[in-house]
Amino acid sequence: MFTTMRQTISLYARLVSVSMRGQMQYRASFLMLLAGTFAVSFLEFVAVWVMFDRFGHLRSWSLAEVAVFYGLVNTGFALAEATSRGFEHVHQAIRSGTFDRVLLRPRSTVLQLAGQELQLRRVGRFAQGALVLGWAWMELGLGLDLPRLALTVLSVLGAGSLFYALSVLGGMMSFWTVETLEILNCVTHGGNFAGQYPITIYRDNFRRFFTWIVPLACVTYYPALAIVGRTDPMADPVCWLAPLAGFAFLAVSLRLWSFGVTRYRSTGS
Amino acid sequence: MGPYLAIVSASARILLQYRAAAFAGIVTQLFFGFVMVQAYTAFYAAATQPPPMALAEVVGYIWLGQAMLGLFPWNVDPEIRAQIRTGGVVYELLRPVDLYSLWFARAVARRTAPTLLRAVPMFIIAAALLGLPPPPSPEAFLAWIASTFCALVLSAAITTLLSITLMWTLSGDGAMMLVVSVVVFFSGQAVPLPMFPEWLQPLITSLPFRGLIDIPFRLYLGHIPAAEAPSLLAFQLAWAAALILFGRALMAHGRRVLVAQGG
Repeated sequence: MFTTMRQTISLYARLVSVSMRGQMQYRASFLMLLAGTFAVSFLEFVAVWVMFDRFGHLRSWSLAEVAVFYGLVNTGFALAEATSRGFEHVHQAIRSGTFDRVLLRPRSTVLQLAGQELQLRRVGRFAQGALVLGWAWMELGLGLDLPRLALTVLSVLGAGSLFYALSVLGGMMSFWTVETLEILNCVTHGGNFAGQYPITIYRDNFRRFFTWIVPLACVTYYPALAIVGRTDPMADPVCWLAPLAGFAFLAVSLRLWSFGVTRYRSTGS
Repeated sequence: MGPYLAIVSASARILLQYRAAAFAGIVTQLFFGFVMVQAYTAFYAAATQPPPMALAEVVGYIWLGQAMLGLFPWNVDPEIRAQIRTGGVVYELLRPVDLYSLWFARAVARRTAPTLLRAVPMFIIAAALLGLPPPPSPEAFLAWIASTFCALVLSAAITTLLSITLMWTLSGDGAMMLVVSVVVFFSGQAVPLPMFPEWLQPLITSLPFRGLIDIPFRLYLGHIPAAEAPSLLAFQLAWAAALILFGRALMAHGRRVLVAQGG
């Protein structure tokens, strides 16, 4: 059990390092991509700033508080985007029949797809989200508060797991159909977009969907409440428990993935 | 004109095949539109000073933005990219047509077909259920139609310009993302332009990008009176002409330095 675990981790590290070295071969083009990814998400935040410049606040929320939501959801999203590339490409592998090869190798499909590509350029979005988070931290005067820092890390990892799980679900669905994949983008990109604002500004149905079905509010909204000081992180168990929903969501999606794999019928020639 | 019209219609017919993608696109756009409308509603609910646009106008602006999304110069033509990558572009250079007009015609089709596919259902849904008002007057409607055509010319000019830069570098994806996100920002696609701070307005109103989104939408909504349409249409066309001339000059230079790839 222990040795297989170690082997799995070292194999994953190997696959990832190969993918990274490949991307670093074209250094100038890589740096431009990094700058491009940074700029795209930077302008997204400037758009939020424009609204606050015009209106001053959003209900009772200040720009610095909303920046915490923005930072949490974007860093989590960037983590998932960088690492879940293999699952996003499953439908192509199924259509061309190359998924058979994945099945033939004596390692789990999850490991192989997870290690297929680590998109380094997503560092651009991650860095931007982290900068916004850092700016909000200073602006709100949070200082070196260990419980809050721990909660931030937990929340980012929870959000990362949630978005990763959505890619896994997309891959799982492509065992049946490729027509619906675009619609799943609503939930991933749309969720990232919606998560930039506190969930309370949305209508009930929308809020319920992003709390109970896709637990986006659990991984960002509840921990953020404690981070910005609307609840006390030490007295409020909800803010610590809620981000775990992201990990649970990932666990469920991986189970569904294994079920999908058993339903796979090869199409290749 | 003959061959270019044929190119427009052939490319358009190919793009009209992707109906499932269009359906998925509409669902995605409805979702994004909903999020934006709810966010603006929340901002407006607690506004202390009257904003430069009424909430109903912003809602209309958002749904127009979702309906007309296909018109936006998001990317270069993937086939031109493939041609330059494989060296196939030499066949294009051999054809007895003007290369700039050829690429421009392709860009027009590339922007028109998906817009038609998505705009019609989005307009019906948005007008029936989501609070997109009809234009306040027949003049506003006509001004909107005219300025949408100008926006198409402008969008095709920008698309072609982006395609021409591929003659120098194929690994310009990063630079392309940067350019596109600036275009999105200054067009009104991200935030309606009247919302921007006053000190930025002189810059925003002199850049060509407001001709893509902001001018046609505000003419539609009557936020800019139809009487001002002629000068705004002239603004759009002047920028389109400048970008076309610049693109032509750049292409003429590019053809001299172009080294065809492939064997």
